[in-house]
Amino acid sequence: MRPFSYERATTPAAAALAARARPGAKFIAGGTNLLDLMKLQIETPAHLIDVGPLGLDRIEETPEGGLRIGALVSNSDLAGDARVRRDYGVLSRALLAGASGQLRNKATTGGNLLQRTRCPYFYDTAQACNKREPGSGCAAIGGFSRQLAVIGVSDHCIATHPSDMAVAMRVLDAQVETVNAAGETRAIPMAEFHRLPEDRPHIDTVLPPGDLITAVTLPRPIGGTHVYRKVRDRASYAFAVVSVAAVLQRDGTGRVAFGGLAHKPWRVEAAEAALPQGAKAVAAIALAGARPTHENAFKVTLAERTLAAVISDARG
Amino acid sequence: MAGELELSRRGVLMVGGASAALATVSPAEAQTPPPDTAPTQMAVSFEINGADRTLELDTRTTLLDALREHLNLTGTKKGCDHGQCGACTVIVDGQRINSCLSLAVMHEGAKVTTIEGLGTPDDLHPMQAAFIKHDGYQCGYCTPGQICSAVAVLDEIRQGLPSHVSASLTDRPRATNEEMRERMSGNICRCGAYSNIAEAMAEVAGARA
Repeated sequence: MRPFSYERATTPAAAALAARARPGAKFIAGGTNLLDLMKLQIETPAHLIDVGPLGLDRIEETPEGGLRIGALVSNSDLAGDARVRRDYGVLSRALLAGASGQLRNKATTGGNLLQRTRCPYFYDTAQACNKREPGSGCAAIGGFSRQLAVIGVSDHCIATHPSDMAVAMRVLDAQVETVNAAGETRAIPMAEFHRLPEDRPHIDTVLPPGDLITAVTLPRPIGGTHVYRKVRDRASYAFAVVSVAAVLQRDGTGRVAFGGLAHKPWRVEAAEAALPQGAKAVAAIALAGARPTHENAFKVTLAERTLAAVISDARG
Repeated sequence: MAGELELSRRGVLMVGGASAALATVSPAEAQTPPPDTAPTQMAVSFEINGADRTLELDTRTTLLDALREHLNLTGTKKGCDHGQCGACTVIVDGQRINSCLSLAVMHEGAKVTTIEGLGTPDDLHPMQAAFIKHDGYQCGYCTPGQICSAVAVLDEIRQGLPSHVSASLTDRPRATNEEMRERMSGNICRCGAYSNIAEAMAEVAGARA
C-alpha cells in the first residue's frame, strides 16, 4: 500500500467537507474492497476518512411504510433483519448469495453499491484498462471475456457491476440518499445511480466525488413472491455469471432485474409487461441490443433460461 | 524485532504487508511517481483476547499484521492477504471477519478474539477439541481461521440467521451439514479436510443442542 493519512469522521456533512478539502481522499467503511485495491495499488488514496464512527448503522421504518437502511448497516445485518426477511425477501436472498460470511459481516450497504468491478483486466495493472487508467484502452475486448458484460457495453469497456444486493435494490425501486460538502441531501433512484460505461468507464456512478451515501430507502412492501437466483461457477462464494432478481405476483405480473450482464443492474420496465407470456418474451425485450463477445454470448441464453426457472419456481 | 528476523522465511507471504511493501518494487510501481505522502503513525487501543493493548502503528498496518507482527500472536495466519482464503479469520465484537482486509486503526476500542483467545493447549475450546478428534486438518495452516469461523457459524445459527441454502428466510435454521458447508465457504482448505471439519462442527453443534 502507498502511505496515507487517516481521520475519523464526526458527522456525514463534515466527512463530505473533509473529502472536498483533500483531493485524492477516499471514504472507508468496511474496507473489504478498497483495501484489496489499495494493496494492489489500483486505488492509491493519500488520505482516508473513516466513516465508521458516524453510526448510520440502523434500519428504521419510514413514514411511508418502507425502510431506511443506514449506509453502514452490514450486509449480514441487512440480510438478517426480520423486516427485510419478511417483506423484502429478494434483498435478503441477494445478500446471502454474495461473498462469504466474513466479508458480509464487514461489507456495508453504501460500500456494496460503490464496489468496483471484478473484471480481471481492471485488477491486472500490467493490462490496458480504461476504467483503471482512462485512455489506456480495454484489454478485455477480444480477451478472456466469459465473465464480462453483454449489454449496455461500449467500445471502451465491457466490465460488469459485481453486486448482488444492488440488483435486488433495483427491482425494489430503492433510492440512494446522499449528502454533499454543503450539507445538501439528495435521493437518487437506483435506476440512475450506476452509469453505463460509454466513453468514461472510470466513472461508475452518478455520485459526485466527495459526496457521501448516508442511507438506502425502500418503498413500502409490494407483496408477491420474492426470488433471487444466482448462477455461478461454484455453489458458494463466487460472483454471478448471471443472476435474476424477481418479485412475481399471483396474477402473472411482476418485476425482474438481471445481474452479471451489464455495468449496472439491468432492468427494463417495458419488458416486465411481457411476464405473463413467459421468459422468452421478457428476455426478447430486456436483452434486445445485447452485444456479447465471442466468449460470453451464452449469457444471453442463460439469462432467459434462468428467468424461466425463476418463473417456474415462483409458480410452485 | 522478530519480524525482521523472519523476513526471509515469510518474505513471500508478507509482500502485501506494510512492512514489506516499501522494499518491494514491482514494474507497475516503478512507472508511477513516488508517493507524496510520508508514512503516518497513529496510536490505536483495543482489547485482544481480554487484554488491553495500545500500539503505535503505520496507518497501513492491517489488523492481521498488527496481531502477527506487533503482538506476536502468530496463530492467525496470512494466506492470500486479499480476503479470499479465510486463513486470517478472527472474531471482532462477536463477529467473524477477515483481519487482512481491515486496518488496525479502524478497530479503536474493539474486542478481538484470536485462536489464542479461544483456548489453550491445556484448556481447549470445544471446537478445538472436536477438530483434533475428527482430524479436521492436514497441514494445519488454515485451521486457526477455520476454527474461529466455525465457532462464529454456530453462533449465527443459534441466533436464527438464515443462509443462502436455508429453505425459509423466516424459520429458524438448523445446524445441518448443508448449512455448515455453505456458511464455511469463506474458509479454504487446500488439503481438503472439509468433510472432517463439518463433522467436528456437527459434534459441537449437537453437544450444545
